[in-house]
Amino acid sequence: MLRSAQDDTSWMRIMQEKPKVVVSKTRRAETAAKDFAFTQADIPAASGAIASYRTKAWDAFKKQTLPDVTLEAWRRTDIHAMPLDSFKLPAEGAYKDLPSVPADLLKPLVANQHGGQIVLLPGGSKIDLDESLAKQGVIFTDLKTAQKNYPEIVARILGQTVNVEEGKFSALAGALAQNGILLYVPKNVKVEQPLHSILWGPGAGLAHISHLLVLVDEGASVTYVHESGSPNESNDALHAGIVEIKVMQGASFKFVELQSWGRHVWNFTHERIRVERDGNLDWIFGAIGSKLTKNFSELDLVGEGATGRMSGFYFTDGTQHLDHDTQQNHLAPHTTSDLLFKGALKGKSRSVWQGMIYVAKGAEKTDGYQANRNLVLEEGARADSIPGLEILADDVRCTHGATVGRMEQEPLFYLKSRGIPQKEAEKLVVEGFFDPIFQRIPFEGVRERFQEYIASKME
Amino acid sequence: MSQLEIKDLHVSIDGKEILQGVNLVVKQGEIHAIMGPNGTGKSTLAYTLMGHPNYTVTKGEVIFKDQNILELEADERSRLGMFLAFQYPVAIPGVTVANFLRSAINARRRAVNKEDKGMPIPEFRKLLKEKMDLLKMDNAFAGRYLNDGFSGGEKKRAEILQMATLRPEIAILDETDSGLDIDALRVVADGVNALTGPELGVLVITHYQRLLNYIKPHFVHVMMGGRIVESGGPDLALSLEEHGYDWIREKEKTEEAA
Repeated sequence: MLRSAQDDTSWMRIMQEKPKVVVSKTRRAETAAKDFAFTQADIPAASGAIASYRTKAWDAFKKQTLPDVTLEAWRRTDIHAMPLDSFKLPAEGAYKDLPSVPADLLKPLVANQHGGQIVLLPGGSKIDLDESLAKQGVIFTDLKTAQKNYPEIVARILGQTVNVEEGKFSALAGALAQNGILLYVPKNVKVEQPLHSILWGPGAGLAHISHLLVLVDEGASVTYVHESGSPNESNDALHAGIVEIKVMQGASFKFVELQSWGRHVWNFTHERIRVERDGNLDWIFGAIGSKLTKNFSELDLVGEGATGRMSGFYFTDGTQHLDHDTQQNHLAPHTTSDLLFKGALKGKSRSVWQGMIYVAKGAEKTDGYQANRNLVLEEGARADSIPGLEILADDVRCTHGATVGRMEQEPLFYLKSRGIPQKEAEKLVVEGFFDPIFQRIPFEGVRERFQEYIASKME
Repeated sequence: MSQLEIKDLHVSIDGKEILQGVNLVVKQGEIHAIMGPNGTGKSTLAYTLMGHPNYTVTKGEVIFKDQNILELEADERSRLGMFLAFQYPVAIPGVTVANFLRSAINARRRAVNKEDKGMPIPEFRKLLKEKMDLLKMDNAFAGRYLNDGFSGGEKKRAEILQMATLRPEIAILDETDSGLDIDALRVVADGVNALTGPELGVLVITHYQRLLNYIKPHFVHVMMGGRIVESGGPDLALSLEEHGYDWIREKEKTEEAA
């Protein structure tokens, strides 16, 4: 405490000695932080409820200011250096002049075969769905097709879990999403083959705006993998996205989200999944990319007996900054949530995990768990881990834990004493650290992908 | 026939000299025991021979297979044929015994041939099962996380399993008996005895004589003040058991005076 007080004093003294320099610096920063260059004409055309949703989102976008570090949720994630006015929406067909999707992103991850695959591209998309699924009433298509052919289903989910007024970026994504997905599984339909979508966002200076809508109707079940990624570019790019999902009564949903954006991408998402009575959700995150990410992932357990598990994997290096805000909302009795996020950090990278378990009044007999574990591999990296509980019910069980550890010498010496070289020993320790996450992932392909992530980060 | 030759070894930790000129030769096929009171540098010797980075060698050399191994990293020493059974084996959460041993075996293969794809899994399973059976270990052991939540006895048995699998030419057992009850001690000693023979040289480091009832040494050395002050046959251990270390201390003093 004493030291920080002294530091403050010395800093103030410098301020007093050279006030002009400090002030002019601040001014320059303010000039840089212009607003986005998007206009109302950028709103994708639609009619009815969808059009009014987008207008409302646009109004919210214009009204909201860019979040800064004075807001609690953004205290550890500073975006003032983002070149707002440089981002442009991709024109129709823009993908034709840009690098195409790498083949390994198209490979099935959770089974030998896909039931369907959608590739979302700058200014376009490619859709493929197994005919037998289409015959059962399963809808898996892009947003453009969905709003034209299935407006009533879109209306059942659009704006239903994420409020566009939650923030600048939810408003932006709500208003301007050019790309998106609708996945609908009708009542009691069990989809065996997993569905897969890729948001591929090459191109410098582009704004990739996405909106994912999933409705798993009563008693239905499905597994869905969504990946977003891009190659590295020299100029900054933007992704803003909304994910809205409803898991209806007795339905079961497995959702895998993988993020490998290039090092030039500013990535912002607002995601919320609502789980109804006796519904079941298994939500898996894997993040290794982007320049900076701020991700809000929320679980609303709204019906008795609803359960949700959230498992997160992240690995940062260089100057990457990943901020994951999670919320487990127990809004009904007898609900269960279980969250484990684990991350490793290298270089001068930084991660933030901020989690909250909220138990509403009357949500008795709930069981909530959250844990975040970090492994800091190099001196310059930093992990912030902030768990939180807010419990308004009486009879509940909620536990949490947060740790930030470092790579220790003794395990490495032990492994080396068995003939394992330093680098391999480090990799073994890191893989072991992530093993509890692997244990929670029911898909071999996803586990392998995470192992590839580890290998590429530790090269 | 390879041998480990320690010549005038001086070692410091944080600037404090712990080993003050150790000389010793351990040949394949021989079992040597180093005994001595606490704090005389026995474990320092073990860690230094294996290459722990906290120990600074200030003088001397250790020759093994025509190389001064003090210039090698721990992993290189291991691949050359050295092994240290730790007094306190380190837990590696999330890494199974099997996965770890396979990594160790494959590291050896890759050191010989960079392109090696690693030991095929069926062959590895067979090898591991064979070694576990030899040491009378439950095969479920292979699937547990290395030393994580292991009892004292399990940790020491895991060390011997590693030794059996990696087949060193020189093995150092650092206080392998510590923390073991008499039954566990017998099991571990049986394991070591199953591995000894003309191919293996062993350096047993122990505070107590009791381990030497089970692992019979050919040579016994007494370490005090960072040096080996007395060497002899198995009967030396028995006389230490009977008379303690004081008579050696006395003898040292007399010799110094002379």
